[in-house]
Amino acid sequence: MSHRFEDVASVRTKLADAKYLADEGIAGIVYLADRLGKPVIVEGPAGTGKTELAKCVATITGARLIRLQCYEGLDESKALYEWNYKKQLLRIQTEGDSNWSEIEDDLFSEEFLLTRPLLEAIRAEDPVVLLVDEVDRLEIETEALLLEILSEYQVSIPELGTVVATQIPMVFLTSNATRELSEALKRRCLYLYIDYPDLERERQIVESKVEGINENLADQVARIVRSIRQLDLKKHPSVSETIDWARTLVLLGIDKVDAQTATETASILLKYRTDIEKVVKEFADNPDELTPDGV
Amino acid sequence: MSIAEPSTFGGEHPLLDLLSDFIIELRRAGLPVSLTENLDAMEAVTHIPIEDREAFKYALGATLVKNHAHWKAFEVVFEVYFSLRGPEYEVIREGDDALSGEDGEIGAGDGQQPQGGGGGMQSLTPEQLAEMLFKALMNGDAAMLAALARQAVTRFAGMEPGRPVGGTYYLYRTLRNLDLDDLLDQLMEASREEAPEDLTPLEERLERDEFSDRIEQLKREIEAEIRRRLVADRGIDAMAKTLRKPLPEDVDFMHASREELANLRKAIYPLTRKLAARLARKRRHGRKGALDFRSTMRHSLSYGGVPAELKFRYPRPSKPEIMVVADISGSVAAFARFTLHLVYAISNQFSKVRSFVFIDGLDEVTRFFDGVEDIGEAVHRVNTEADVVWVDGHSDYGHAFGVFWERFNRDVGPKTTVLVLGDARNNYHASQSWILKEVQHKARKVYWLNPEPRAYWDTGDSIVGEYGIHCDGVFEVRNLRQLERFVEKLV
Repeated sequence: MSHRFEDVASVRTKLADAKYLADEGIAGIVYLADRLGKPVIVEGPAGTGKTELAKCVATITGARLIRLQCYEGLDESKALYEWNYKKQLLRIQTEGDSNWSEIEDDLFSEEFLLTRPLLEAIRAEDPVVLLVDEVDRLEIETEALLLEILSEYQVSIPELGTVVATQIPMVFLTSNATRELSEALKRRCLYLYIDYPDLERERQIVESKVEGINENLADQVARIVRSIRQLDLKKHPSVSETIDWARTLVLLGIDKVDAQTATETASILLKYRTDIEKVVKEFADNPDELTPDGV
Repeated sequence: MSIAEPSTFGGEHPLLDLLSDFIIELRRAGLPVSLTENLDAMEAVTHIPIEDREAFKYALGATLVKNHAHWKAFEVVFEVYFSLRGPEYEVIREGDDALSGEDGEIGAGDGQQPQGGGGGMQSLTPEQLAEMLFKALMNGDAAMLAALARQAVTRFAGMEPGRPVGGTYYLYRTLRNLDLDDLLDQLMEASREEAPEDLTPLEERLERDEFSDRIEQLKREIEAEIRRRLVADRGIDAMAKTLRKPLPEDVDFMHASREELANLRKAIYPLTRKLAARLARKRRHGRKGALDFRSTMRHSLSYGGVPAELKFRYPRPSKPEIMVVADISGSVAAFARFTLHLVYAISNQFSKVRSFVFIDGLDEVTRFFDGVEDIGEAVHRVNTEADVVWVDGHSDYGHAFGVFWERFNRDVGPKTTVLVLGDARNNYHASQSWILKEVQHKARKVYWLNPEPRAYWDTGDSIVGEYGIHCDGVFEVRNLRQLERFVEKLV
């Protein structure tokens, strides 16, 4: 089987072209996933670009992205395949009293099969990237649905037989770690933890994602965000919130952040009242004069 | 299986041997590495050359470590096993010490000692060295910092081969000589002078964070350097053993160091989130209830009136009411703190939570948690403000239970679950265990959580056995893992 990437460096440059700035770990693991033909579990705090990674990999490999959004109560018929009951019913009715065995054969053919994302990814002829988003929202029992696909790249349909993938798609499973994923699932996958980026990378991300931002402001934004993340907060600002904040600053025509602007726009970075209060207290020039309600 | 450039290492498959030793060490450190993962790692390293040390590390990490909490432990073991490999540690850079053996054949017992490398830095006076360090920190020159870290270790750590001292001792010696706190102030001073106008407090704050970050970086470099030299001196196995630390979830509450406690506090928030999500889910999907006729009929319409899909009502079991009675005397205070924290963090799983703390007196502390968003803050207030000392501030379970019974026995009802936290070391006071018996009579359940290892129970002044007969369960809860398991069972 031919590989999608020549080496780690090329993964990195290609991702950078798609405006995704990968660090050594991310690029290395994407490369490895391609070489070993294994799915990747991507874990990390919300808003650090887990889903974005899958999208960008799809873009740079020229593949179609198939996305399965997980939620509680997702089952086989939503994730894998389903028989089209209504159509089957109609089929039986139109035939009237003709030969039953004939109809029976006919009822469980491809015509009445509704493919759902997982089966679609397996059956695809063109290159695809499968994204199973927020897999931690599934119940443990439903997780088992994924096992056959992830290790064998096949789906067994009792009435039709086994559908085997013609090509091994790249698979990304994202998780916000609201629960521990099962051992069985972890064992079959590579594990990638995407943390908040370091100062340098965050600055670059802001520069590449926010149009019209000057270098100075980007640097300042990244520094302030880093300092905020060092505080003991309920929820730390994510990368996407950093970008939103930088965009806001650009829109407001600010090219140098001072304490006043920082505290006034803090509500874009932080989503809890107590957090905002804490940050305002930390950073304001004169904390007594400012109230977080002025936000 | 072909190995990337096997010729770099003597022997048939030295890399594979090294790798399997490495994995054995990971398992010893408590990481669950399965056979499949082992094989994956072996395959992964064929695709990534070992020379690219960062990528190599991530490749191993991705295949072997599937839990981010274990990453730190992995990093340490990785460094011990592979620290002398990779080109950047073999070449002699300006003034650095040649550290590695020729083929990276370390651990054979005769690992080369760090020799004071000749080059430039060796001849510098301490003042010049301090000057260079200052400049490197000022400019954030990472390569220079790494070189200086090595030099500092050579000069100040006073490492001697075979000396049975831990790495922390050397670290302490090096850092004492560098005087980093003072350096931070100097750096701030310098940047204030450099700035065209006065720094605003915000800018000053950012500068300070930046410099602290660089100094942290320097500390990490020094630490790593010391570890590298120790590995060269003592060999891989010995070092791996001394560096082995319990994983966060296995850290013993009663013997945790300050750093470990800080890590535990960090670990508890994601843990409570996980637990809450899991418990909420369990509650909803516990079992199926009676047939929901109305909903079934409604859905049958899409099958032409045939009730093909049965719908059930989900039962909503009542939530338990919790009373936590915790000993917060010195020896078990940390344990009580974590348990209180955990219970309040998932308090929406209970219809009501009340908490009491005692040493030899008892005080209700529910008020500290009312309407408070920051549980850590509330727990802190409990420890400082609660009125729990009656006579001498030594645990007296008997008296504390007496107070509880007198003041709150009316509040214990058939819906109440009582949790008693403590080691039951009663300092030979009267046990008053009849109170517990009465409480058990009135309450739904009484559980006792003991942070001591089971082997110590009922030794000395511990009378957990006597109390235990009046409890519905007595559990050993020494670490987060056990605590998590218990709380899950409780709900």
